[in-house]
Amino acid sequence: MTISLNINGKTREFSGDPDTPLLWVIRDDLGLTGTKYGCGIAQCGACTVHVDGVPLRSCSSPVATMPGRAITTIEGLSSRVAKAVQKAWIELDVAQCGYCQSGQIMSAVALLEKKAKLSDRDIDLGMAGNICRCATYQRIRAAIHLASKRLASGDPP
Amino acid sequence: MIHSLNADQQAVLARQLAGHDGSCSQGMTLSRRNFLRSSGGAGLALAFAWLPMGRASAASPLDSMAAPVSAPFAPNAFVRVGPDNVVTIVCKHLEMGQGNTTGLATLVADELDADWSLVRTEYAPSDARIYNNTLYGAMQITGGSSTIANSFEQMRSAGATARAMLVTAAASAWNVPASEIKTSNSVLTHASGRHGTYGEMAEAAGRLAVPKDVTLKQPSQFTLIGKQTATPRVDSTSKCNGAALYTIDVKLPGLLTAVIAFPPSFGARLISFDPAEALRVPGVTDVVQVPEGIAVVGKGMWAALRGRRALKVQWDESASASINSDAVLAQYRSQARNPGTPFARPADGQQTPNAAVKTIQATYEFPFLAHATMEPMNCVVWLHEGILETWSAHQFTTLDHTLAAKAAKLPMDKVRLHTLVSGGSFGRRANFVSDSTVAAVNIAVAIKGRAPVRLQFSREDDTGGGMYRPMYVHAVKAGLDATGKLAGWQHTIVGQSIFAGTVLGSFVIKDGIDAMSVEGVFPSQYAIPQMMGDLHSTDLPIPPLWWRSVGNSHSAFVMETMIDELAAAAGEDAVAFRLALLGNNERVAGVLKLVAEKAGWGKPTEPGIEQGIAVHQCFGTSVAQVADVSMKDGKVRVHRVVCAVDCGVAVNPDVIRAQMEGGIGFAMSALYYGEIEIEAGRAVQRNFDRYRVLRIYEMPKVEVHIVSSNAAPTGVGEPGVPPLAPAVANAMARLGVPRVRRLPLARAGLVAL
Repeated sequence: MTISLNINGKTREFSGDPDTPLLWVIRDDLGLTGTKYGCGIAQCGACTVHVDGVPLRSCSSPVATMPGRAITTIEGLSSRVAKAVQKAWIELDVAQCGYCQSGQIMSAVALLEKKAKLSDRDIDLGMAGNICRCATYQRIRAAIHLASKRLASGDPP
Repeated sequence: MIHSLNADQQAVLARQLAGHDGSCSQGMTLSRRNFLRSSGGAGLALAFAWLPMGRASAASPLDSMAAPVSAPFAPNAFVRVGPDNVVTIVCKHLEMGQGNTTGLATLVADELDADWSLVRTEYAPSDARIYNNTLYGAMQITGGSSTIANSFEQMRSAGATARAMLVTAAASAWNVPASEIKTSNSVLTHASGRHGTYGEMAEAAGRLAVPKDVTLKQPSQFTLIGKQTATPRVDSTSKCNGAALYTIDVKLPGLLTAVIAFPPSFGARLISFDPAEALRVPGVTDVVQVPEGIAVVGKGMWAALRGRRALKVQWDESASASINSDAVLAQYRSQARNPGTPFARPADGQQTPNAAVKTIQATYEFPFLAHATMEPMNCVVWLHEGILETWSAHQFTTLDHTLAAKAAKLPMDKVRLHTLVSGGSFGRRANFVSDSTVAAVNIAVAIKGRAPVRLQFSREDDTGGGMYRPMYVHAVKAGLDATGKLAGWQHTIVGQSIFAGTVLGSFVIKDGIDAMSVEGVFPSQYAIPQMMGDLHSTDLPIPPLWWRSVGNSHSAFVMETMIDELAAAAGEDAVAFRLALLGNNERVAGVLKLVAEKAGWGKPTEPGIEQGIAVHQCFGTSVAQVADVSMKDGKVRVHRVVCAVDCGVAVNPDVIRAQMEGGIGFAMSALYYGEIEIEAGRAVQRNFDRYRVLRIYEMPKVEVHIVSSNAAPTGVGEPGVPPLAPAVANAMARLGVPRVRRLPLARAGLVAL
């Protein structure tokens, strides 16, 4: 069967097993490799994408559940919040190996889209699903605060 | 990772690593003069004849498929300046997150006076004659926290040479003395007003003879090295927008994906398999037997995984039943009660009667640990037209090259390695069998090179497949004399040797002692009187491997908690007691004093919080940490860790801070949760649900203080790890928690799950 997907604002067709996790469709069929495989069981968050603005573990989401929903990957980030987050991440040199950072950034953007001013506890809860084996957590927290501050000040990101 | 090799050892190793045909020295015919002539307007290629190689971060691996030719002018194979003014720095070391790409680029760019914004990096090809790790002799390898230490002079010389040639070219073009030309931000200037960019002068510079001796800057002249904000990481942007290309991201025409049905347990042997069901899965193209197991190959990861699930395989697991980590521990405990092979004895004539009046005796137990890199192991290979190409995070480049050639039955000059950035390693990517590379080659051979193929481990394959930080047991009995001074120390260590039976075994194992099994205990940073050390090296069917900080990952816990207990027993302050034992080990003492000052050691802290301290020197770097810890409802919480580090010249201070922060978080994962248990030969923990690692809400606030130093730089990738666990354990003891001697803490119910 053919499944029609809305990814990063474009319509893409997928023909194949409807149980295929969205992750592998995005990566292997559509060639968008910024979204990463880490665990396959929704434990690490490396595969996080936005579906209708909500962070979702694409490794555990069958592609058959996706038609009619707006999927955004790291390559499709364009909002003011997203730009502020990515800028803060680069400014603070958050990434080490970098493999988990697409997922971290997707979770952070979703968090800041929902709530502009975040406490450390908000960040801890919102980012708890994303593992970073390099343990860049201190800088992730700092970058989210920095992005939040910039967004609140109204400066262009 | 391993100690420096002398010339004889290097020669032996070079022969061993050259492998079956020794052909790695072929293809060396292009002279530098010929090359420069033929490269025409390519600019100053202080480099190498494989100029068209793509960047390490290139979007498509196809960009980097131009034929590599090894150049004979090795000393300058690290930098080139293009007519576009871009400075390209060739990195012989793998970026695994530790920031060494930024570090290598900093070394070249500083001496070159390059504009940092115009600096690009790419990976060197596999060529150990040019790109060997100078601390390890003939091998091209990243490890042992050695990138900056072994590259400091080499990369600076490369940059200084390039600068000297650009200056000479400008002097000639402007007819002024070279000594009057100044360089800054990739621009040459003269008081007369003449000026030009490096790019404009590159072609002329490329026609000059390479100077033999160049003068390197004095530390006071550094413009990038040691500066707080001058060298943002070169890889941040690509790692924040999804563009960074990892092995898992490689795209090639017709690329297939393979997963392997590995033996389900250590000791399992294949009886038979039936590919029929697997081949019926849509997208599955091949089911082939390889030495590693049964490979299921298909169009994309999902097809391969479904195919593997459908595959019928019979394994003989009769040899696996007796492989249990509980039994191993029981055996180790028993062995620890008996003397083994001596690694430390008081010097002849120095033995004194035991003066101890108070002794502390303890046995420490450490589990198997998986590296659990975020990117599970993988490798892309393409066997075509008599050539083998690989794309992977090649860390032990020379061995990957050698073993790939052997597996493909090709001479080494028909094998081309393309190194890609790694989604973590912590030691895992460098191993003695080049596991993911060789397995991928075996699959490519089995499908007769019909298409390029990526072997991808699942998380379970990766975590459950061995190459663990080995289990270790330490039994220690230490005593104080009547004045409270350390009087003697007996230390028995039991565990697998990482190097036994490997290509490097003869270099590291001396008189039955694998130096990595005892490092941190012997030699010790402390002047320990009457040290008696014994080692039992064990043999298990579970492959061991170095894991970020290697032997120090367990030895520092033993030493630094026992020293703390001895200090308490002597009624001494934990810092003062250590300082007395550090003698003239000034750099270790220095970080200890610095961390005590910065953390407010000995001053009242918040109610309910106690501090613990630990210091450990490894890979030439000294790190001390103070952990602020509380217990709530019997569960530990680490609020803050203050860290002091002395790594000599701090090339990139912010990268050093990041490595200390990350090392602390990495160590906390092991302290809290890290454990692979083996039952009937099978790893119990196979994914992040049971092999838990630290999450953001558990990360303490980390403050890093870097000692200002002009000493030769040493590594920072590993040394941040060892002090954390003993510092936390020492704080817990002050909070009244009975000493925990078996890790991880979760095992004793001390971590909120």
